[in-house]
Formats: sequence, structure tokens, C-alpha cells
Amino acid sequence: MSEGLAVWGTLFLLGAYHGINPGMGWLFAVARGMQEHRARAVAWSLPPIALGHALSIGAVVLIAGLAQVALPLMYIRIGVAAALMGLGVYKLIRSRHFRWGGMQVGFRELTIWSFLMASAHGAGLMVLPVVLAGPHAHHHIASQRAAGGVWATLIHTLGYFTVTAAVALLVYWKFGLAMLRRAWFNLDLIWAIALVVTGLMALLV
Amino acid sequence: MSMWRPDPTFYPSAKMAMQAPAEKLAFVAMLNGKDNGRHDALGVVDVDPASSGYGNIVGQVDMPNAGDELHHFGWNACSACLCPHAPHPHVERRYLVVPGIHSSRIHIIDTKPDPRKPQIVKVIEPETLAARTGYASPHTIHCGPDGIFASALGAPDGGGPGGIFVMDHESFDVLGKWELDRGPQNLAYDFWWHLGFDTVITSEWGTPSMVNKGVNPEILLKGGYGHRLHVWDLLKRRHQQELDLGSEYQMALELRPAHDPTRAYGFLGVVVSLKDLSASIWVWHRDDGKWGIKKVIDIPAEPADPAALPPLLQGFKAVPPLITDINLSLDDRFLYVSCFGTGEFLQFDVSDPFHPRKTASVHLGGIIRKAAHPKQPKTPLNGGPQMVELSRDGKRIYFTNSLYSPWDAQFYPEGIQSWMVKLDAKPEGGMEIDPKFFVDFGELRGHQVRLEGGDASSDSYCYT
Repeated sequence: MSEGLAVWGTLFLLGAYHGINPGMGWLFAVARGMQEHRARAVAWSLPPIALGHALSIGAVVLIAGLAQVALPLMYIRIGVAAALMGLGVYKLIRSRHFRWGGMQVGFRELTIWSFLMASAHGAGLMVLPVVLAGPHAHHHIASQRAAGGVWATLIHTLGYFTVTAAVALLVYWKFGLAMLRRAWFNLDLIWAIALVVTGLMALLV
Repeated sequence: MSMWRPDPTFYPSAKMAMQAPAEKLAFVAMLNGKDNGRHDALGVVDVDPASSGYGNIVGQVDMPNAGDELHHFGWNACSACLCPHAPHPHVERRYLVVPGIHSSRIHIIDTKPDPRKPQIVKVIEPETLAARTGYASPHTIHCGPDGIFASALGAPDGGGPGGIFVMDHESFDVLGKWELDRGPQNLAYDFWWHLGFDTVITSEWGTPSMVNKGVNPEILLKGGYGHRLHVWDLLKRRHQQELDLGSEYQMALELRPAHDPTRAYGFLGVVVSLKDLSASIWVWHRDDGKWGIKKVIDIPAEPADPAALPPLLQGFKAVPPLITDINLSLDDRFLYVSCFGTGEFLQFDVSDPFHPRKTASVHLGGIIRKAAHPKQPKTPLNGGPQMVELSRDGKRIYFTNSLYSPWDAQFYPEGIQSWMVKLDAKPEGGMEIDPKFFVDFGELRGHQVRLEGGDASSDSYCYT
């Protein structure tokens, strides 16, 4: 049970980490609020942003789950580790800039934007080693593993949504964007390192 | 190389950018208007009042070839990098993108490590530009959320269409033509955007062959120069709407959209009306998803003795004001207007964009007036207020006096002696010439001015 708690806790925290990155959603929600001069626009931006993120994570977890039908867990771990480290090193060498869409976006566009943003950053891949370390990953029954994957995605997204919503609303109502100039650390750089580290962990844990 | 924190010159909103520290250096395009084989240069002017070099050219980098005709230029990156949909705040504002409007050559100039000694790090040859985009005569440079955007007057053969192309803001590779569907648009000149509305506005001058031998009276009198604005979808890269002023209004040039991304309006300067040689300012605006345009300022021509006029104007017996550049303060409150012909420089309060209020006027140079500068009150000046740049805090105004060498010769046939001046703006309107600041460009001519760290026409913002 405690092992399970640790896994769910880590998934939640990884979600929170994804959420705090200004490039991953909260800043877009704030911008929508400013463009429309109302806090409701901030709030309405949050569900599609969270949905897009969840879809990106869910897709990667699903692919790993399908792979598990055909391959032993160890092989998948090695594959995930290689992909993570490869992506991390690539991002360190050549930081390609994400671009999709503009400022006038509806529910659909925001969902797609968030999905693409999370996917381009390898957010799902980063979560995968934790999912594979969880108790559900060892189930021999596919439906149990699938349920575990769904839970993993939901808990991760909950962490992501909580932080995204909190930061977006606090910045919109209280703090303003001036702090962006100092506090927007190059999370892409940290992110790239994090990808490599989780890749190593996937091999070792 | 990307940095750990956002470039300190990036600001989320125009309002925040007004708190930026005062600039200490200005970069100025310096072109050779004479046929003597000398190369154009980018000059560095000391604009720090506390410095002993205040008002002097303290650095200069010469272009590698002759005949570029440096004109407008811009930064590789700016506050638009903070936009939420395509964020990459850790790029540096470091390189100036400096095209030659005659050579179609684009110079990438590094302003680090020593901004007083800028260095050319890359040159894009006209053949590359033509092959990748089909365009020539690159003009306006704007740093966008996802790359460097540039306008071009036309095609390599001197004809149309002109348009926009995009460059990578790190490698400076020319990525290609921007338009997917240009609709009826053929002429090009300036462009800018309303990032909050995913909308691009472009203006019209003439194709390279229509302008590079001087203003052509035949084309002008037929109303053949540009008189339309075009509205585009920034994301779909498609033409959406044409705003026609009527062919009486010739040369719809400079565009200054509101800096606040939630305000969907902007100002256009029109050089001359065929009816009475007046110049005008127009406001484009968005209502219920459709765009419209309205004239808000008329500046009349001034009657003059034909004997005192250059041949081009003698038949009209008047000096046209010729609005050739405008600039808008970052709080969208003050609009500055250069009248190259009459030598007048105007300030309007445009808090209500549809009802501008004239707040100040200054004279320097001018075809007839030749108004002097307080530093040399006995020396008549020629040329007139032209490329104007404004500090981010809105307190300091800089301008130079040359337009475009083939056109300078028609309005000031005696040959322009080029200068740059500085004015101080008062917070509630009003402005005064700084008597200590007068740059003499000697054999060269000053054109566009860019201020260190950004200015009132260098950055776009996605937040209020």
C-alpha cells in the first residue's frame, strides 16, 4: 500500500511540476483573461488546458500499456529510458521552439494547444517510469493494468490542474505579470535535464 | 545559447516596458547618398546625458559592400517572445537585422559583447532571399512571437507583388514567403499586427521600380502609388479585407497599431493627397469582427513662392507637409508625426483615437523654412523631421532628416546635410528641443533610429 501511495504521490507532484511551468498553460489562461478583461476567461481556459494535458499523458500511458501486452516490462523500461534520455539530450543541444495557434482560441484550440505543448515537451514520457514502477504495472490482467493507467493519468492531471488553476488565478487577481521577468526560469533547460534523470531512474529503479 | 532567465529587456506589457531604464545608446542606419562608392554604415550614438560623448557618434560598423541603401532595421527578438501560445523567453535581444533596400542584402549585426563596437556576423545575399521568398527590397523588420518577420517591396525584377517573409530568430535562415493567399494585395510597404486578435495589417508604397529612381510624377498623378491597407489572418496567413482610402490619397505608409493587445485600432500616415497636397492620419479600427478606416487628422500644404521650390513642386506653388513617419507612445496616448516637407514635427494626444488633439509643434529644417537648431541658431537646416523614435518611457524623442536618397534629391536638390536631434516630451503633452543634442552625420545620412534595449516601435506585447 505504501508503495502505491508513493507512486500516486509522485504522479501528483510531477503534475504539479508540469503545471507550474508558465509555458504549459497557466500563462495562457491569464492572457485569455487579460484579453477579455474578465476572470471568467481565465477560469474557462483551465478545463481545455487540463484536458489537452491529460490526453497527452493518457496517450503515452496507453501506448506503453499496449506494448506491455507484447513485450516484457523490462524491455519497455529500457525503451522508455532510451527515449527519455534521447529526448533530453536533444533538447539540451537544440532547443526547438514550440509554436501552434494564436491568441484567439476556443475550447477546441486550447485543448489541441495543450495536448501539443505537453507532447512536444515529452510530459507523458516523463510520467511513464513512475507508472511502470506502480503496483498496477505488474498485474497480469490487462484490464487491471488499464485501470491503473487511467488512475495514473487522472492523478497526474489533478496535480497539474490544481497548480495551473491556482497560479493562473493568483497571478490574474493578485500578483500580475511583472514577476514573469525574474521568475520565469528556463524550465526547458531544467526540463531537459529532468528527462535525462528520469530516463536513468527508469533503468535503475 | 539560451539563458536561465528571460532577457531583461522583455516586458509582458507595454505599460511595464514604460518602467524600463533610459537608453544610453542609439543605433542609426547611416547611408551614403552620394555616388562616390563609399559604403553605408550602422552608427552608434551616445544618448546618455551623463556621458562626455553625449550627442556624438561613438561607434560605427561599415557594410561590406557599396550601394546597400540602409533604411529600416529591427531586433532578432523582443517582448513578443513572452507570448503565451509560443513562449521562448530565453532568447536574447542581441542581433540587429539590417537590410539594404537597394541591394536586397540583409546584415545580421551582433551588438554584444560591446554595443559600441557592433559586428557583422552574417550576411544574407539577395540571391538567397530571392530563391527562398521571391522577394526583393526588404523593408520593415519586426520580431514576432515565433520568428523574425520582414516586409519586402516587390520581386527581384523590380515589379510586384511585395509581401512578407519570415526568418528564424536564432539561425537567421530565411524560411520563406509568409502569405498563403494574398487576395488582391500587390503593393507592400510597412506591416505590424494586433497579436491579441491574430491580425496583421499591411500598407502600400510602390514596387522597387516605382520608387528607386525617385517619385515618378506620372504614376503619382494617376494615383498609382499605394492607397490601401490590407487586413490578414496571422495564423491562416490569408488576406481578409482591403481598406481603400481612395486613389486621391497617395502612399499609405507607416502603421502604428495600439500597443495594448486588447485595443483593436491603429494609426496610418498618408504622405500626400492629390487634391490639395495635404497629408493625413487615419485610424483603422475593428467593429463586430469587421475592420474600417477613418481619417482623423488633415495637415494642409503651405503656399510658397515657386522660385523657392524644387522643380518637382514649382507647378503647385505650395509645400506639401509629406507625413513620412509617425510613432505612438507605449501608453497609446501620444502620436508623433513627421512632416518632411514643411519641416514640422507634431505631437497629438490620441487618448481618444478618433478625436486627436494637437498638443505641440516644433520646426526644424523644411523646404522653405530651413529652421535652425538651438545649438547652432544661425545655421539653416535642410531635410526635415523624418524617421522618429521614442523612448519606452515616452520622455525622449529622437529623429533624423533623410527620407530615401532618390527622393531626397527631388525635395532637397541642394543635397541633404544630415542630422539627428533629440526632444524632451512633457508628461501631460508638450515638447522641447534638447539644445545640447545635435548629431551631424557629415558625408553620410541618418535614417532609422533604434534604441538600446527596445523603443516605442520595436516590441509587441501579448498582455495588458
